[in-house]
Amino acid sequence: MGRISGPLHDVAGDAGHHDHPPRMGFFTDTSVCIGCKACEVACKEWNAIPEDGLTFTGMSYDNTQGLSADTWRHVAFIEQRRPVEPPEDYAGVDVLGMAADGAAADFRWLMASDVCKHCTHAACLDVCPTGALFRTEFGTVVVQEDVCNGCGYCVPACPYGVIDQRKDDGRAWKCTMCYDRIGDGLEPACAKACPTESIQFGPLDELRERAAARVERLHADGVPEARLYGADPDDGVGGDGAFFLLLDEPEVYGLPPAPVVTTRDLPSMWRHAGAAALTLIGGVTAAYLAGRKR
Amino acid sequence: MSEAEATRDGLRNQRPGREARGAAGGPKRRGRRRRGEETVVPDAEFRSYYGRPIIKPPTWKAADIAGYLFLGGLAGSSSLLALGAELTGRPRAARAGKIGGLGAIGLSTVLLIHDLGRPARFANMLRVAKPTSPMSMGSWILMAYGPAAGVAAATDVTGLFPRIGRAATGWAALAGPAVVSYTAVLISDTAIPAWHGAHRELPFVFAGSGAAAASGLVLLAAPRSETAPARTVAVFGAALDLAASRLLERRLGPVVAEPYRTGRGGRLMHAATALTAAGALGAALLAGRSRPAAALAGAALLAGSACTRFGVFAAGVQSATDPKYTIAAQRPAPE
Repeated sequence: MGRISGPLHDVAGDAGHHDHPPRMGFFTDTSVCIGCKACEVACKEWNAIPEDGLTFTGMSYDNTQGLSADTWRHVAFIEQRRPVEPPEDYAGVDVLGMAADGAAADFRWLMASDVCKHCTHAACLDVCPTGALFRTEFGTVVVQEDVCNGCGYCVPACPYGVIDQRKDDGRAWKCTMCYDRIGDGLEPACAKACPTESIQFGPLDELRERAAARVERLHADGVPEARLYGADPDDGVGGDGAFFLLLDEPEVYGLPPAPVVTTRDLPSMWRHAGAAALTLIGGVTAAYLAGRKR
Repeated sequence: MSEAEATRDGLRNQRPGREARGAAGGPKRRGRRRRGEETVVPDAEFRSYYGRPIIKPPTWKAADIAGYLFLGGLAGSSSLLALGAELTGRPRAARAGKIGGLGAIGLSTVLLIHDLGRPARFANMLRVAKPTSPMSMGSWILMAYGPAAGVAAATDVTGLFPRIGRAATGWAALAGPAVVSYTAVLISDTAIPAWHGAHRELPFVFAGSGAAAASGLVLLAAPRSETAPARTVAVFGAALDLAASRLLERRLGPVVAEPYRTGRGGRLMHAATALTAAGALGAALLAGRSRPAAALAGAALLAGSACTRFGVFAAGVQSATDPKYTIAAQRPAPE
């Protein structure tokens, strides 16, 4: 085992892979997501994920609700009341949308396709007691379904609330970044299906460069709220293998604002547990030593 | 294309402006501005995705896992008290501790296997020894402890192999405290704010609670002439448990500690405080004089310890279910 927190350049190498391919990832640019849910459908189809309820939630167009054992891509829909000012330069802008009353509307729609983050320091993988969760040669995190015994430890360990237990099956399931496809040189089903290239798949280093350029472009175009989420190798999970461009605070999309891999504090936890055990031994010993004198 | 009548309230004939490149209003970042100025309690101001939880609550069943937290604490501490009683010539108290240890750890094992999504695969726990996984470490701790507790109890009851019995009693007493305190690491090593944020104090809460429970068992099961040290342990355990619990709540701060004070977790923690304090007082003042009083104090200590574990468990579930706790733990209010 390698490092438990902090920046890590060679994730697969740290996990024991030699001569491995570059770390692969997703860059989900939510500024061009149109909420078509093709990613959700393609993911379900390719991975043969069971149906998990056809409910009406009243949460805008989101009847999926969130990532789960049976939902590995989830498109969030956020309706916001706020001034949207028409740009100076109309080139490439959907004019019909603005033209109805020729001026500002006071509504915007945020859409974002969420997915497993494939963390540099993945808490689910760290806490898995059977070794069912493992780091692939692509630096992604995958559950081996023939090993998982359904202990459920990964579920509350994930700082993003991604992995979950399938009720009738008992085991834990989540996005594999289409391990079967990428091993064959294909891109994951969601990225393949995305019609606007909101979901981009590729070597993580390239994606980070592309994402930084995209944010710069958006800032220059007057979208100061555009920001990357999960792209920083210095963050609490050592950076995500699947990161995002967001147009509002993370919590608006249901994402944790500053996630931390829980195992970062594991040495401190064991130290305190050791001290508590010694306190227990000390207290009981003292009680019996005092008792002996009587 | 017709006028957009069927939009959300208030939009009337306007078409919702589509978010397009460059179309977002620059300087007006209302939400953020407001949040930046928030005061001590972010409740009213925090934003979330339709109030849905950010993290997933544990899939563990309370009866299984909170039950295990209680029984594991009882088992490990009982073995420690058994050794103390044996070395100081209190054979019936020692036997109570040994049988209690074996019974509690046996039931724990059943609960743990029952809680697995695939119980038939429980042996996969021993496929690897993984230092980053407290559950893996715990499995090996239980492997080190369980058989020794079994041998200690069996040799005591049958009177066979006394030397092996003494060695097993000693070994179980050494491994016992690890069983007691590792369960705090087990639940702290999660993303749940009420557990992770409490990782420094929880082991002491569990150690105190385990000691109180084991002393309660000895008070219930052994004659008065042999329970004097156990009564001291009751006071020690209760004091450690209650003091560490107060520190834990202070460390977490008013928002993140809320699940320990309100709702199901709060009710259980209040009951735990009352029962543990009453049990310790009863043990200190009355249990030396009357057997029924000793039994009552012992029962209160056991019940108090169970309430502590179920309370901590319920607080964790509550803490995972409301996104405000996750956000409060990650975005502390500015000073």
